[in-house]
Amino acid sequence: MTATDMASAPTPARRGRGILGWTWKETQGFLFILPWLFGFIVFIAGPFFFSFFLSFTQWRLVGDIKWLGFENYAQLLSGEDTRFVQSVYNTAYYVVFHVPGVLIISFIIAGLLNRKVKGIAIYRTAFYLPSITTGVATAVLWYWVLQPNGLLNNFLDIFLKPLDIQAPNWLGSTTWAMPGLIIMSFWSVGTTMIIYLAGLQGIPQHLYEAAEIDGAGWWGKVRHVTIPMMTPQIFLTMVLAVIGSFQVFTAALIITEGGPADATLFLLLYLYWNGFRFFKMGYASAIAWILFFVILFLTIVQFLTARRWVYYEGERAG
Amino acid sequence: MHLASRAITYLALWLGSCLFAVPFLWMLLTSFRQIDSDPAAPTQFWPDAWTWQSYIDASETAPLANWLANTLVLVVLGLFGQTFVSIVVAFGFARTQFPGRNQLFMLVLATLMLPYHVTVVPWFIMFRSVGVLDSLWRIALPDLWGNAFYIFILRQFFLTVPVELDEAAEIDGANLLQVLFRVVIPLSKPAIATVAVFNLIHKWDQFFWPFAFIQTPEKLTLAVGLRWFRTQYASEYPMLMAASIVSVAPIVIVFFFAQQHFARGAGLSGIKA
Repeated sequence: MTATDMASAPTPARRGRGILGWTWKETQGFLFILPWLFGFIVFIAGPFFFSFFLSFTQWRLVGDIKWLGFENYAQLLSGEDTRFVQSVYNTAYYVVFHVPGVLIISFIIAGLLNRKVKGIAIYRTAFYLPSITTGVATAVLWYWVLQPNGLLNNFLDIFLKPLDIQAPNWLGSTTWAMPGLIIMSFWSVGTTMIIYLAGLQGIPQHLYEAAEIDGAGWWGKVRHVTIPMMTPQIFLTMVLAVIGSFQVFTAALIITEGGPADATLFLLLYLYWNGFRFFKMGYASAIAWILFFVILFLTIVQFLTARRWVYYEGERAG
Repeated sequence: MHLASRAITYLALWLGSCLFAVPFLWMLLTSFRQIDSDPAAPTQFWPDAWTWQSYIDASETAPLANWLANTLVLVVLGLFGQTFVSIVVAFGFARTQFPGRNQLFMLVLATLMLPYHVTVVPWFIMFRSVGVLDSLWRIALPDLWGNAFYIFILRQFFLTVPVELDEAAEIDGANLLQVLFRVVIPLSKPAIATVAVFNLIHKWDQFFWPFAFIQTPEKLTLAVGLRWFRTQYASEYPMLMAASIVSVAPIVIVFFFAQQHFARGAGLSGIKA
């Protein structure tokens, strides 16, 4: 829409100054940004402040909005709401295992794909295909993969049967449901893997040659060349993976509906239920804001520690 | 590479890609299986008899054509509203000067960090008050104003296009729009294609908003429709797998034709912030 507005606007030759005292050129520049600014104000900033307001109230969608002050937050942070505590624990559990797992698995696969092997396109497709499968189709599929007599247990039985160990009933057990969902999440590591692959291909060959001259073996090269050179990509994917793990929704909703016995009740699922099942709009907003501050805090911590371990080549000259 | 290390590489690649491919292959093969061959054996891999029946059943029980049409509407609106509008906005940030421009760009970057669920409740109330709940418009409307991540990627790319080309065009009498469409866009095709492919995949996968705001089965998208279908026919897994295959097939086909853009896109998304 901006495109047509611009086309019908007066010619650049006009030298008049608008209300803000901007030149025509500056006004034009601003018009290019305007669609985003409009969307930001109406769909992001406005709702953001409104949700902050709601988080201090009680409102069931009908009737009056009742001001509660900090009551919602007090109830959540005091541990009074045990389901909330459980969902915080579950989400933290997921983050602790999902994030390092995804980074390590993607790193290993990218390392293998980066060696000069034949048929690379086939391998790359096999590893990436799960990541373009939609979240819902993945969940529908893995519900069956994780059945007691499903694909995963058939595979595990190869190793467990000789030891006389029973493979777990993933989705039916409060102990195993969360590990099951975490294993499922490793199936979709394709995007991280491709970011790493692009990073690996950007490492200058002469660094490896120099390391070899210094007598570095395979591990020495990984430890002293590959990992330091990949820290920007590792940092980026870590930040994204942490943010992503706080927003798990589709898998838990479809496969377990938060069960059994709230063992896979994620924060976002609990937020959704409070808002759209129990119609506690104020309470749901308070959960959203706590979630926001947790993500913000973790992201800031990661950015602060990044200075110690992330190596940006462009900054070398200092 | 030494022979031994070569052998280990191939073995690891082969085993690893099998582990990743097997669930997908199972989904594909199961969709062609006789529905009553042996419902108690979900791990059976190869069908006893091949049949299209699950696809026929799925298309008769679920409004798959409606879902596909709805998904396409959202994808097209999304490509316009996110890829195209982001191009225009990114051009503004990369190529024009006005007071407050840099501060606004910082604001764009800041929104990358905002978790979308904070806006769930206000959006619900807002759209309810103007009566567009249970409508595709509800899903499309907030996406028509550019996307912060795409604006960021495109702006970084536009900065690499030599500004002398703009100036030459302007001396020839081109206005800013002509500079955008005749100089910057033609020279930025790889970045734009990358963003468009990301955008396409993301819209195809979109679940939360249509799930939260649309109730009528005919108005659903493929992703949310599949979830609805599953709640109705939880145990008939060959039919569910057929519907799953239908819902991912278009995007898989696009992937095969756009493979190199994925690799390049990932490289771009790794741009140091």
